[in-house]
Amino acid sequence: MTLNWKQVGQYGFIMGIAVWYVSLVGMVETFDSRGIIDGTMLTLGRALLLTIGLGMGYVTAWKVAKGNWATGLITSLISGIIGGVMAALLVIIIDTTNIRAMFVNASPALVEILTFDQESLAVGLMMLAGSLIACSVAGGVIALLPHLIRRAVISGLLAVLLMGMLGELLTVVLNRFDLTEALADFLYGRNGLSVIGAISVFIFFAAVSTLWATQKEKMQSGVENLPATQRRALSWGLIVVSVLFLILLPQAVGPYISQILVLVGLYAMMGLGLNIEIGLAGLLDLGFVGFFAIGAYTVALMTTTGELGVSGTAIADYSNFWVAIPIAVAVSAFAGVFLGIPVLRMRGDYLAIVTLGFAEIIRILVLSDFLRPILGGAQGVLNIPKPAVAYVNQIANQLPFYFQSVLFFFVSTDGRIKDPAHFYYIILIGCTLIGFVAYRLQYARIGRNWMAIREDEDVAEAMGINLIASKLLAFGIGAAFAGLSGAIFAAQVGSVFPHSFGLIVSINVVSLVIIGGSGSIPGVIVGSLVLVGLPELLREFAEYRLLIYGALLIVMMLVRPEGLWPSDTVRREMQSDEDVEPVPVGQTVPRSV
Amino acid sequence: MALLEVDNVHSYYGNIHALKGISLTVEKGEIVTLIGANGAGKSTTLKTISGIVRPRLGSVRLAGEDLSAFPAHEIVGKGLSQVPEGRGVFARLTVMENLEMGAYIRDDAKQIATDIERVFNIFPRLKERQKQVAGTLSGGEQQMLAMGRAMLARPKVLLLDEPSMGLAPILVEGIFDTIQAINEEGTTVLLVEQNALMALQIAHRGYVIQTGEIVLQDDAKALQKNEMVQKAYLGVD
Repeated sequence: MTLNWKQVGQYGFIMGIAVWYVSLVGMVETFDSRGIIDGTMLTLGRALLLTIGLGMGYVTAWKVAKGNWATGLITSLISGIIGGVMAALLVIIIDTTNIRAMFVNASPALVEILTFDQESLAVGLMMLAGSLIACSVAGGVIALLPHLIRRAVISGLLAVLLMGMLGELLTVVLNRFDLTEALADFLYGRNGLSVIGAISVFIFFAAVSTLWATQKEKMQSGVENLPATQRRALSWGLIVVSVLFLILLPQAVGPYISQILVLVGLYAMMGLGLNIEIGLAGLLDLGFVGFFAIGAYTVALMTTTGELGVSGTAIADYSNFWVAIPIAVAVSAFAGVFLGIPVLRMRGDYLAIVTLGFAEIIRILVLSDFLRPILGGAQGVLNIPKPAVAYVNQIANQLPFYFQSVLFFFVSTDGRIKDPAHFYYIILIGCTLIGFVAYRLQYARIGRNWMAIREDEDVAEAMGINLIASKLLAFGIGAAFAGLSGAIFAAQVGSVFPHSFGLIVSINVVSLVIIGGSGSIPGVIVGSLVLVGLPELLREFAEYRLLIYGALLIVMMLVRPEGLWPSDTVRREMQSDEDVEPVPVGQTVPRSV
Repeated sequence: MALLEVDNVHSYYGNIHALKGISLTVEKGEIVTLIGANGAGKSTTLKTISGIVRPRLGSVRLAGEDLSAFPAHEIVGKGLSQVPEGRGVFARLTVMENLEMGAYIRDDAKQIATDIERVFNIFPRLKERQKQVAGTLSGGEQQMLAMGRAMLARPKVLLLDEPSMGLAPILVEGIFDTIQAINEEGTTVLLVEQNALMALQIAHRGYVIQTGEIVLQDDAKALQKNEMVQKAYLGVD
């Protein structure tokens, strides 16, 4: 069998270029402040380099060798050597010539990181090239391992990487309780996981992944064989456990992570709305933030105690968060339908541009001098009070002590909803409600309409589907969800500014819908956890956030275009792409003309 | 009174005068075919009948009722069901889901189930593949699916747009046999075809359309023998 040497060379070259890139843009140096495993030289910065080695070795063996051990080892070794030599070359260049005029990050500190803090440059270069080669071969080996073991190793490695990376945060959370503090002491050293902790994490997650892979079907069939009553009891049990988990979560993880969860929830609500437009009805909307802004401004203007508000007027007594919420949702839904009318005849890319313009119009209108007396211009709307719950203390006094503390999960002692944890519950309710509505709509008649329109508008119309009504409903409901999200956002932040509603929010929501799995409700939740939650946890690397984000989008679309949790339709399509029966010659026609 | 009456219809695409006064009738129980060259206005005629293209002048009447006041999706409910050109199945939905979409305008679940069985009897291949994604069917199967789906709307008149397009010759014959079978079950058919030879074999009557005008109409048998039709459409010298 002749090997595709050109391809091997390409992968090695890509590895080298990637190493150069992350080094020269400064990612390696910035990331180096976080350790993965304490007391070793494995910092996040170096882990980044080694992951590139592992990844490219894996790809090389996977694509070129296709399961043949000997060629897999040789090819991953060769691409590793190319990558390693290129990395060493970079160090030599930085060390001998001064290129900092162009590459600010090519600093002595970078050389130290790349050469593993060795005194002698020669030894350091050997270590750098050697470790990349070793990683590349290791990646090749992983690619060649049998499916189950490969899966276990990858899960273990990912877990170590993630838990090491998030060490600081996890220790803070674990230290909140005595019981988990011991666990934190065991797992973590001063900077990252302890060696023994890392080994345990690896073994634990490798075992869990293997168990899951081997026992999943057995468990499923076991559950299916249970009598109906027991099965119902089981599912109710699961529901109760997950509800309890969701209720106790913010209490367990503390305010910082609660705040992140709030943000994830806000994006999830928007995502569920956009999922109806993009995922179900196939209407590519790039101006979704507009509806979020409308919801936020509605609540802001209705409840603010500042000069833009209604205080002093006749309706001041009735203007509070709870009244404003349904109005904000209604106004957003109306805006959605209103936008929908002119774009009814547009499809695909044309629609995307129009919606893009719509969001910009909203932002610029808000910023304009013309509307400043009403909307506050660039200064925004300030002094939005936190939602109040009446009679909290009276209720608390009636309750036995135990329930009092539970009551104060949801609201603070002065009767206001103000902490991130309090808002977490509001958002949890909002997400559940929206998720339920979205789920019911998806499997109702209107869901069918949307899907048919997404597949083929003309045929859908020929089936007797009312295109206009269906599309307007998609726009209206999607916008209403976004409006609810914006309304809660306004109350939580306490002020709204036009700058909070930039294009990047729309892009974020589109990405999380597509990365999560277009048309899939759990996919949206997973997507917002990954695309909103993870970046928030890595705040200190904020300058590289968008870079990583972009890279993630590209990799995802190449490797898993159906999304993290694909919808049934897409899943089916992906499956059938793999095992289509060959169509006899002469019968082939282009698909879906 | 004919079941479907198209009366002096003029349609435009922008400024292009596509139909210049088309009149045709389809009696209950008939197969009527509209033959003509590429760009003669065959598909436009069908689109005008089903309401996708609006006539500027003239009227379309189904069982005496003027359809021009209704939007396309309501015309389906009046009893006109179209199999669009290029089949147009919902590629990512399964065969079964496609068929269910065909019955979209109906809400008699039981009757729909028996009708789906009926479609499966006519097209056994669809029954075998009911869980398969429609996009992975062969061209012939997609055409069967599109026809079966159109039948599920229980149309008074079934409009077929180029059912033989893009199919292997061996399959074309099967498709025309099926059209005849559907017709014998009691469905009236208006068939638009470039394959005049096959269309005239199964049709009762035929119209010949040239650059937006009906130039000839007669019994299918007579049209087959017509010198001009033979020259232009049947390839007989």
